[in-house]
Amino acid sequence: MLPAVDQLKASIERGSPGVSITVEGASLRVQPQDLLRVCQWLRTSPDFQMDYVSNLTAVDYPPDPAAGGAGRMDMVYHLYSMTKKHGPVSLKVTLPRGNPVIESLTNVYRGAEFQEREVYDLFGVTFEHHPDLRRILMWDGFKGHPMRKDYVPEDQDAPA
Amino acid sequence: MAVDEGLKSELQKQGIFVTTWEQLVNWGRSNSIWPLQFGLACCAIEMIATAASRYDIARFGSEIFRASPRQADLMIVAGTVTKKMAPQVVRLYNQMAEPKYCISMGACATSGGPFHKGYNVLRGIDRYIPVDVYIPGCPPTPQALLEGLMQLQERIKARGFRQAMDEKRGEYPVPEFGQTGLVPRYNQDLFRPLDHPIQRFANVKPTSPTQTPPPLAPA
Repeated sequence: MLPAVDQLKASIERGSPGVSITVEGASLRVQPQDLLRVCQWLRTSPDFQMDYVSNLTAVDYPPDPAAGGAGRMDMVYHLYSMTKKHGPVSLKVTLPRGNPVIESLTNVYRGAEFQEREVYDLFGVTFEHHPDLRRILMWDGFKGHPMRKDYVPEDQDAPA
Repeated sequence: MAVDEGLKSELQKQGIFVTTWEQLVNWGRSNSIWPLQFGLACCAIEMIATAASRYDIARFGSEIFRASPRQADLMIVAGTVTKKMAPQVVRLYNQMAEPKYCISMGACATSGGPFHKGYNVLRGIDRYIPVDVYIPGCPPTPQALLEGLMQLQERIKARGFRQAMDEKRGEYPVPEFGQTGLVPRYNQDLFRPLDHPIQRFANVKPTSPTQTPPPLAPA
């Protein structure tokens, strides 16, 4: 069984010094530069052995017209342990919406490759040190990232 | 050419069967429509159910689903046509032997269905290839597909083989991937944005004589 999120936060911060985590409901918000270290530690620590990233996606928060601001792009990671049969540990990372760049998880979890390509394709998040970062669902010449809230699909009835 | 229906009926009572060569050929053609074996989404599951023993499309002579377009007469577009799949669907249609027919099965193939506002879905296969029978439903029941097939049989019986070949459909331009979608967005010779099946049934006049659907009843 996984410990409660507060204890989880304390364990991670103890295990990898210098990392600061905030608890948000059932998930942990991690700083972008800490993500790889946190995942590496969660994967190797004998108590957790989170060896499987089951889900990896992004959430687009466009700027609120009333409040202004630039909006944000959140990455969400769900980690499980096949060995210990527990999970998920839910990690969230906030990125600037204008230029979302984050370190790729593929060096820790090889299986993240296709999911990161999907997030790159549909949300436009760039993953540094990804082995093969190109579109996976849309074709190569496609322009834009259709899952972003401000994406406007073409009018198929417009004159050919 | 035509045999008087009354005379035909009288002769039949006496055990003499009279027909025309054309009717004989069309009887064979309409009862051996070989569909192309391919499915795109959940409609394909209903198509498979139609082909299986409970509904048994073999009763209508269409049980031989061909895995090659060269051997198929009928393309059942069963499911959502994504923009990424559309060029391949048009290409397969082009490769089919003539005279060839197309059934648009379900809301997606006809208009994009529930996904018509999506960035990735083609709003109806009739934008690129001519459709003979539209089947509504999401998905259509096997009964609906069989009804569509029977409509197609009527359509085949309604004209001669030569006429069907004269309406030779030829090759249709295969759309290409653009920056936001397919280029062109539709085949202008086939499709006008307002020229949708719903409008067509409301007696909207087609632009050119070539687009006039041939009469369903025998002339």
